[in-house]
Amino acid sequence: MIDKKRIRNWILTAISLVLLFLLLGYLNKHASSYVIQILNVTAIYIILTTSYNLINGITGQFSLEPNAFVAIGAYTAALLTMTPQEKAMTFIIQPCISPLNHISIPFLPAILIGGVVTAILAFLMGIPVFRVRGDYLAIVTLGFGEIVRVFATNAIPITNGALGLKGLKQYTNIWWTWGTAVVVVFFIVGLVNSSYGRAMKAIREDEAAAQAMGINTFWHKMLAFVVAAFFEGVGGGLLAHLLTTIDPRLFTFFLTFNLLIMIVAGGLGSTTGAIIGAILFAWGSELLRWMEEPHVILGIHTPGIPGMRMVTFSILLILLMIFARNGIMGRKEFSWDGFLGFFSRRILRRA
Amino acid sequence: MGAILKTEKIVMKFEGLTAINNLNLEVQEHQIFGLIGPNGAGKTTAFNVITGFLVPTEGKVYFRGEDITGLKPNHITKRGIARTFQNIKLFPEMSVIENVMTGFHIHRKFSFFEAMFRLPRFFKDESKMYHQGMELLELVGLTEFAHEQAGNLPYGHQRKLEIARALATDPVMLLLDEPAAGMNPQESSELMDLIRKLRDERNLTILLIEHDMKVVMGICERIKVLDHGEEIAEGTPEEIRNNPRVIEAYLGEARKVA
Repeated sequence: MIDKKRIRNWILTAISLVLLFLLLGYLNKHASSYVIQILNVTAIYIILTTSYNLINGITGQFSLEPNAFVAIGAYTAALLTMTPQEKAMTFIIQPCISPLNHISIPFLPAILIGGVVTAILAFLMGIPVFRVRGDYLAIVTLGFGEIVRVFATNAIPITNGALGLKGLKQYTNIWWTWGTAVVVVFFIVGLVNSSYGRAMKAIREDEAAAQAMGINTFWHKMLAFVVAAFFEGVGGGLLAHLLTTIDPRLFTFFLTFNLLIMIVAGGLGSTTGAIIGAILFAWGSELLRWMEEPHVILGIHTPGIPGMRMVTFSILLILLMIFARNGIMGRKEFSWDGFLGFFSRRILRRA
Repeated sequence: MGAILKTEKIVMKFEGLTAINNLNLEVQEHQIFGLIGPNGAGKTTAFNVITGFLVPTEGKVYFRGEDITGLKPNHITKRGIARTFQNIKLFPEMSVIENVMTGFHIHRKFSFFEAMFRLPRFFKDESKMYHQGMELLELVGLTEFAHEQAGNLPYGHQRKLEIARALATDPVMLLLDEPAAGMNPQESSELMDLIRKLRDERNLTILLIEHDMKVVMGICERIKVLDHGEEIAEGTPEEIRNNPRVIEAYLGEARKVA
């Protein structure tokens, strides 16, 4: 009985993925480059929010790491894909340091190495932080973000300082971003729905009780943190090769702040919520651009006010926090059973 | 027959306060052992020391002949001591069955890579955990609530769920901290049957803290009484009932046990 349902769910998931990619293929051909760009950003946001949610929402360890990890992934991948000629042209203040200046590898291994480097740094950071309970993780990751930014600005022979890395090849396209997003969601949902995911949630719910269940809380927090870091690093590599230009200003605390908004609005602790939050944020912030343009409403001329978009966004967020504190999904997840049940109930009621 | 759990001269001090002074506990295999005493006697502190949540100021804890003093709680659970908490510590936002399945985590047979890639061993082990979890829920009588949120269960059921969850770690010894608190007479008599059943059918050794004298006198084979961190008596229920120091320190002021 359970197996029959599982097969049905797999078929439904496969069909919806095919439909998603057909739609993306259609949009990729016919939509404007503006829309395609937003689609790409949406997918990257999905990668970042679902992995951020793993540590923040599922394991319940308040962390402010994404901007640092995305930056590390982005810089690592970019430095690996740039050809020696490109590096010679970009590093105009000081030449690039020795082994880096003649390394050039293909895109896929470059973003994977970006992920691995990020994961290793996360591991090293986790060793002291997860030995103690409390909000140390937030403080340490916040500080680490600043360190990364300062490093990127001042380690000129490695990062080219404030000028950043320019003229990267635009390897990232809609297939890379959405393909990676689907894979990341697949992995994270698998992990969350397994015994490991239950152990992580147990740590969130009651750490002492989790320990009494024999769960090694240190290693499970570490697992969530390192897995999240790996995918955030990969997301950073994709982002770098989408924008083709990266510099330290791209990876300020605002990136983390925005991702935090997405996962809280979607529902902290829900992977579905993280995805919904990412989509709403990516499209919502574009739609709200309308607020910043001059308009004539009921014969009254309003000038375009720069920044109105963020003001509106903040108001929406405050309303969300007042009226729907658990976000859109709460801690619920999408399931085909729930989805089909919802529709069959509607049909039955009508009949 | 040697003692399965033995504590030697445990002293637990918090700053100036001595919560336990010189506790020597010896629990025999397959025994149902009761730890009683008025509030603040140091019973829960003793549990926390045995299960590794507190490191004693002085003294040693031996489990099956091995020194386990100062080990982390998760390592002690892996060695076969499971516990419940006085102030229920479930995972409230997880379902009842998920709560129990969490206890199986230490016996998992797949790595997290297998979970992420969803390889066959992951599905096989997960479904085994589910079925074993349902068996434990049946044992404590919570089958019908399997998919409810644990935090929404009534108090008595939450206590039973804590026992089921502790059993999932496959313990040799079970420490129950006030299992009958908040239960009505019907429920507590069911609980007594359950505790006896666990001892007889699962070969468990049980150490319990309880205020409900009907439960304590009804199932414990041996009882130790603490007062203000000091041992004041130990013996069979019959001996404890008639011990003048116990009646004076504890039973006399509350009620006289018939």
